[in-house]
Amino acid sequence: MHLKKIAETPDAPTIPAQPTVRQATKGHRFDVELVAVTKRYSATTTAVDDISLRIPRGSYCCLLGPSGCGKSTTLRMLAGHESVSEGAILVQDVEITTLPPIQRGTSMMFQDYALFPHLTALENVAFSLKVRKVPKEERLKRAREYLELVQMDNLANRLPNQLSGGQQQRVALARSLITRPKVLLLDEPLSALDPFLRTRMRAELKRIQKELGITFVHVTHSQEEAMALSDMMVVMNDAKIMQAAPAREIFETPENAFVAKFIGGHNVLVSEGRAVSVRADRCRIGAQPGMRTAKGEITMIEYHGPFVQISLAGDSGDDLTAVMSDAEYFAQEPRIGDRAAISWEASSEHELVA
Amino acid sequence: MTVSPKVASWLQVAPMAFVFTAMVLIPLGIIFVVSFLDYNFAQVFPEIYMGSWQDALYSRLTVDLYLTVFKFLLITLTITFAIGFSLAYFLVFHVRSNGMRLALLAAAAIPFWTPGPIRMVSWVPLLGKEGLVNQALLGLGLIDAPLDWLLYSQFAVVLAYINLLTLAMLGPITHSMAKIPRSLIQAAQDQGASEWQIIREVILPLCKPGIAIGTIFICTAVLGDFFIVKIMSGGQTNTPANAIATELAAFQYPPAAAKSVMLLVVVVILVSVLLRFVDIRKELQR
Repeated sequence: MHLKKIAETPDAPTIPAQPTVRQATKGHRFDVELVAVTKRYSATTTAVDDISLRIPRGSYCCLLGPSGCGKSTTLRMLAGHESVSEGAILVQDVEITTLPPIQRGTSMMFQDYALFPHLTALENVAFSLKVRKVPKEERLKRAREYLELVQMDNLANRLPNQLSGGQQQRVALARSLITRPKVLLLDEPLSALDPFLRTRMRAELKRIQKELGITFVHVTHSQEEAMALSDMMVVMNDAKIMQAAPAREIFETPENAFVAKFIGGHNVLVSEGRAVSVRADRCRIGAQPGMRTAKGEITMIEYHGPFVQISLAGDSGDDLTAVMSDAEYFAQEPRIGDRAAISWEASSEHELVA
Repeated sequence: MTVSPKVASWLQVAPMAFVFTAMVLIPLGIIFVVSFLDYNFAQVFPEIYMGSWQDALYSRLTVDLYLTVFKFLLITLTITFAIGFSLAYFLVFHVRSNGMRLALLAAAAIPFWTPGPIRMVSWVPLLGKEGLVNQALLGLGLIDAPLDWLLYSQFAVVLAYINLLTLAMLGPITHSMAKIPRSLIQAAQDQGASEWQIIREVILPLCKPGIAIGTIFICTAVLGDFFIVKIMSGGQTNTPANAIATELAAFQYPPAAAKSVMLLVVVVILVSVLLRFVDIRKELQR
């Protein structure tokens, strides 16, 4: 694999000159640290409000949240395309808050790929070497290696508009990686692809991240994407971080009602006077002795193949969801409009912070 | 009533086709025919006479006329490009608000608010012997006697062209530049390009269509102009268009016609070369 070769040649001539950035110490624990970072556009609009975050080295980190939650702004501040109003950003123990993009050790892959339309795929990838005046033959050779990494070497001489969305994305990825970033930033990289390609590209991103061993920070609004990819998931809302933890921890113990609702698959309700979340797949249709219950009317039934998802408008005003196995569902076959109860074990309840 | 799409599209082009035929193609045909006819001081005879064409094609005068106008064209293009590109860069990448950008672009059109003759006359108090520029230079002690080449000179002609035609370069370049996605610039920054490298490697190549369209405007304007060159040079400098105007004034239609056809051919060649750099259809799409 060419990739290994590229990743493990620390003194390869493609390392960008970084005169002001001290080489990171070997023992750094975090690839990215945000320290009380705030972005204010005006006195009244705050896009990112005093967030702190540490991303361990070599992680796949997803910033997840609804649009306008500040996740893209956070990414752009990391990239150096947006100034930081307050706070500090560190990459591998080096403060980079005000450094220009190329000196930060970050590289950004843009949502629209941002390929130079007048340059071929190969020339696009070679761009960073060209501006550093690497001789033509050398830079095209290097660029070709990175195109091989993303399996695009056979289309090296095409212009971007002669490539499909997925192919353009691969070129953009190669172009970002050739600067040998410590942290790769991805701004909703999969949102423009069709669902089939999205899953494939997702797997590929994960593979490349594992092989290069660098940190990827990936902004997305799809919780499914975040769950599938991340070692660390950061749920944001309203300019603040709601919860930052591994995907499993977030899914099993969501911090608050927003997180539980946003990542989906949870019922958020009041039980014994406390706000709790209960996983929908721990809920069953029908009252059971010894279990907690909530009643309501069935509003929607979605068949997903192995399981069926049933939504209820609860009497208490909450929306309720239960997930049944298909066998269970077809044994009972509840219908839309039926009155029904969902029930769960008390031990399945997870208390939320208000 | 329905019409087939084919008929409909013919009907759509018919009015323009009619106007174009009646007002451009037929007169051009007549001019072409007239250029081969004999004439005297008062009338044109329906007899073949090749003198007008021999004159137009082989005389030393023609060469001089074209040398002069191409000199004007080259200087005007260079300077309007330099000003137009820098202004466009400022408008697109340094002016933050959209409203401000539009206002500034509109301000660049101010020279067009006054009619041509007024505009020409208003150079006098600025560039004349007693004009502001000379007064200032004299006052500062930089010169001993007023500069006489400021007005009624080739310098004045080029200055007037630049004043008038910079907008023709600025507009299309701004349009091209404004279409460049910001993410491209940021991607170039990510790749370590300096501002100057971004301009040279990214912005300039992507502005080619705008530059080509601006160049076409200016080529046609300068090659076709006889008014500015006459007024601003004080009648001392001649260009092909100017020579045509002079001959027309003297009722020498056949030589004027021959020179017109020749000028037209030159313009068509220039424009078709320039159009190789720009895909007009693609420009109209977005």
